[in-house]
Amino acid sequence: MFIAPMSNQELIPHLFRNEFTKIVSVLTRSLGLAQIGLAEDIAGDTFLAATETWPYKGIPANPTAWLYAVARNKAKNYLRRHQLFENKISPFLKSELNHEVESGMEWSDQNILDSQLQMIFVICHPSISIESQLGLALRILCGMGIEEIANALLTNKETINKRLYRAKETLREEEISLELPSLPEINHRLATVLKVIYLLFNEGYYSESDDVVLKKELCQDAMRLCHLLLVYERTNTPAVNALLALMYFHASRFPARLDDSGEMILYQDQDESLWDQQLIAQGIQFLHQASHGNTLSSFHLEASIAYWHTIKTDTPEKWENILILYNHLLSIEYSPVAALNRTYALSKVKGNEQALMETQKLDLKDNHYYYILMGELIKSKDRVKAQEYFKKAWDLAKSKSDKRTILKKLNAFPYRDLR
Amino acid sequence: MDEYLLIMRHEDGSKIASPEQMQQWMKQTMDWIGGIAAQNKFVSGTGLPMDQARVIRNNVVTNGPFGDIKETIGGFIIVRAESIDEAVEFAKGCPVLQGPDNSMEVRKVAKNDGIH
Repeated sequence: MFIAPMSNQELIPHLFRNEFTKIVSVLTRSLGLAQIGLAEDIAGDTFLAATETWPYKGIPANPTAWLYAVARNKAKNYLRRHQLFENKISPFLKSELNHEVESGMEWSDQNILDSQLQMIFVICHPSISIESQLGLALRILCGMGIEEIANALLTNKETINKRLYRAKETLREEEISLELPSLPEINHRLATVLKVIYLLFNEGYYSESDDVVLKKELCQDAMRLCHLLLVYERTNTPAVNALLALMYFHASRFPARLDDSGEMILYQDQDESLWDQQLIAQGIQFLHQASHGNTLSSFHLEASIAYWHTIKTDTPEKWENILILYNHLLSIEYSPVAALNRTYALSKVKGNEQALMETQKLDLKDNHYYYILMGELIKSKDRVKAQEYFKKAWDLAKSKSDKRTILKKLNAFPYRDLR
Repeated sequence: MDEYLLIMRHEDGSKIASPEQMQQWMKQTMDWIGGIAAQNKFVSGTGLPMDQARVIRNNVVTNGPFGDIKETIGGFIIVRAESIDEAVEFAKGCPVLQGPDNSMEVRKVAKNDGIH
């Protein structure tokens, strides 16, 4: 019996992640969107067949071609069985279906790409709730298992299953078709697509999950999906490039932001020699691409803020620019995180005193980051007060990693009476 | 929460200040708006260039006066505020007020609720 080399174990999950979405997209395109569940099952069965066969017979010379062939056969078999049954009830269906499937199930690069892109737009359809969009994206576009999704979104399998079920029901009920939106509609729909990709990335980047590998893969998947959008002229918009730039800038800090035990290292404490300069350079390129035309999306502003963060040295210029960008970002799209970060930038430009005053005006008293910021701004002046703020932050923080970070701040003080 | 219009009235800055000074004002204005936006109370707003402005009165179109007098509207923003007092507090922070005799006008925006 031939035992496969070690690389097999790495190759299959790698293939699975890359090929799952392609197989499901192509199959769904030929079987119809209502059969998306069937397409998933066939893709799953295909990989099962691979894991059962390859260890003993060796990896085929062209693994993806093998997978496509198996998927196609499984789809045909299913339809044949299905039609046998249908034939007795509705003999007219047969020729029609067969023809459609034969012509649609094409595994050319172009068809795979088209199918994937259509799938992205279907999953990000506005009639589906954002939670379900995320769940579907992780399942269909990133090839993640239910358990992985539950882990990534910090919930349980039942919830994810329910969300996916509901989303697929919606796709059926709304009779959403698997095609790219028309030109006038595409920008509007693209906004939802970008939002989902952005959330996907953030889910990985800021996830409270302890699974470091999973987090990184989520980010890579988000970047991969965004890259797909660049291929088509219609979807290669400045906002897409801006989002990609943003993700590259963030991703450049991956090697620096976690220590050996997977613990988060804060920006100020990171070793910038570990920042990936190549990713930063690519990010700058995408940011240049994004500046064609006269659209300015929130991604442009966030990408520019992220760009300034790739320069570690604190200069007045750096923080002034970041402040201007946050001012602008907030005026087009408010978020508590941006409000707090803006105030932090303000402290760097105008000093802690003024920033403290402006922080107090923010209605974010249930946010632990609010108290971390307050503590940071006041600690050089009033240590006792700072400790009170950090303690409050600790009380409000929910995740273990946040609590650990705050505890470090608390322990940095000689006072221990507040624990 | 109601919406209030904050109207800035001042001379044409470009006539009395250097480009550097102008840039300084611009930054201050952005910081002012950013501070309101950080409280999620900024709705919209814009500056109004002093050139390409006209007045139409009795079928006569004139160039102003714009920018020559301190009563010229230089820009406006709309904010959300709990009360006129809060809106006034926002207005007080506007850098326009650093110029002598410049002014801010605060006006409540009518709601489309059939009452106002």
